[in-house]
Amino acid sequence: MTAATARPTGAPTPIPGLPATARFEPNLMRRKLNGTIFYGLCLAAVGLTMLTLVILLVDVVSRGAPMLRPEFLTGVPSRFPERAGILPAIVGSLEMGLLVAAFTFPTGVAAAVFLEEYARDSWWNRALRTNIANLAGVPSIIYGIFGLALFVRALGLGFTLLAGALTMSLLILPVVIIASMEAIRAVPDSQREAAYALGATRWQVASGAVLPTAAPGILTGIILAMARAIGEAAPLILVGAVVFVTYLPSPIEGGYTVLPIQIFQWASRPQEGFQMISASAIIVLLAVLFVLNAVALVLRARLARHIAW
Amino acid sequence: MTDGSSKRLRQPKSPMSPQSPFRRRRSRTERIIEAFLALAALVGVVTTVGIIVVLVVETVQFFSRVSPVEYLTGTEWSALIQPNKWGVIPLVVSTLMIATIALAIGIPLGLLAAIYLAEYASTRTRTAVKPLLELIAGIPTIVLGFFAINFLAPNILKPLVPGVGTFSALAAGIVVGILVTPLIASLSEDAMRAVPRSLREGAFAMGATKFEVVRRVVLPAALSGIMASVILAMSRAVGETMAVVLAAGTAPILTFDPRESVQTMTAFIVQISLGDTPADSIQFKALFAVGATLFLITLGLNLLSNWFVARFRNVYE
Repeated sequence: MTAATARPTGAPTPIPGLPATARFEPNLMRRKLNGTIFYGLCLAAVGLTMLTLVILLVDVVSRGAPMLRPEFLTGVPSRFPERAGILPAIVGSLEMGLLVAAFTFPTGVAAAVFLEEYARDSWWNRALRTNIANLAGVPSIIYGIFGLALFVRALGLGFTLLAGALTMSLLILPVVIIASMEAIRAVPDSQREAAYALGATRWQVASGAVLPTAAPGILTGIILAMARAIGEAAPLILVGAVVFVTYLPSPIEGGYTVLPIQIFQWASRPQEGFQMISASAIIVLLAVLFVLNAVALVLRARLARHIAW
Repeated sequence: MTDGSSKRLRQPKSPMSPQSPFRRRRSRTERIIEAFLALAALVGVVTTVGIIVVLVVETVQFFSRVSPVEYLTGTEWSALIQPNKWGVIPLVVSTLMIATIALAIGIPLGLLAAIYLAEYASTRTRTAVKPLLELIAGIPTIVLGFFAINFLAPNILKPLVPGVGTFSALAAGIVVGILVTPLIASLSEDAMRAVPRSLREGAFAMGATKFEVVRRVVLPAALSGIMASVILAMSRAVGETMAVVLAAGTAPILTFDPRESVQTMTAFIVQISLGDTPADSIQFKALFAVGATLFLITLGLNLLSNWFVARFRNVYE
């Protein structure tokens, strides 16, 4: 297997005096030059990717900054772009983030503890893991279709923030489970064995020895998952994040909107004014995500310092 | 995404493991807690089964009104304008065209970035560059869609490519390419870093240059992992919604010209759910049929990617 995959794939250059199958290139200067060119290409690829990020941020900020006034943050959507605000969307996004965290945190951590600390190596438990990995690859809009059928129609929640948050939770749950499993797996067995040696039961080991050590890793994963839930829009279109909301959303009744949906609605309009406030809303969304990512980074750094076995 | 979770389960090593003769009978509380934990792990299964049931039930209803042959082989799609035409090929072709453009951008950029990070960059550079790549991966896709119609199409594409409009498969493909580049980069980097050092050292000892080691030893050895990352990126591109809805437009025509505005499968689903189509209408059933088609395509790609990952693991673990 190794020999087959590691076989050189490049076409050999025929060299006079050597058999046609020889893969030796005698000109060392040229070989080194090839290497330098290739290194340059690698640098260029990284540079181009970074440049795209910079252009995107500069473009969005320069477009959206002029309209980003206090009234924009505290106002409600309007038919006139210069009077429109995003307070309902900000509140909707925050409620969405908190509800999703409230649903996925206990479920995700519990599932991860079960799969890492309790589950034996049976076909059923392997299937559970494979299933979670596959769920993480299902397109988000499919979750929207499922949420529409289950939460909105079958359970009769209607087009509410609660139905949206439950749909989003199903989408985020595999991410939370996988991140928590990785954090739990990183806890050394010596921790568990020490606790067992003191006579702890299985749950006492999991809750008292494993989870506290894995906590920073789990929290990082949950914060990043929350960031994803706040930035995601596709499934919410199906479960009815409403077009025009001029009031603050309540979880269980009436329409709601969130930042990415509000951005989508404004960006879909041809008028220049709406494109501009769409960019302003993007700045707000990116700022929220930036804060969440910064918190996750700090936690990750603390985790790295923490583990010094 | 798939890494780690499909790894072999760790054998319990503790003295309290089920095989251990020292294990005492667990108390009632312990068993109740374990049942709750197992219940949480079951949510994933319920979700999978639920998704499949919903898609199958509604798709069967759709096919009771539209023949599956017409759906799978028809080359015209007209859901909102009479007479309705239900040939899914235009939606599938536009989806695959955008995914192909995305990969044409994402594979070279992502792979070269991965090679740089895994083989050339110092630890310091890597710790600086990796978070930036993750930052790109964390940008909401709606922002990329906005970028496509407000910057990419008018400022870059229109001057360079004659005949391209505000909405085009090309612009959508490029922003989806930006989206999948970090995915390919980070998964391929993992694959290359998993290649044993001894292989590289063996090649260096034979007098190979750094580039030769990368091209003839590291890349072939990491090929399975790289393939897995590319297929996963393809699956992401096929299922991508918000960027594509904004950038590609909503014209369900069969074309292979990337300058045209097209409608992907995801864009159709969005279009129907944004309108006020009644829930029992044929259009709404079509939404589920297209959803099922999308689900099957991405599932196939994900399984293929898992297969490559498993192959890769067999070699080095």
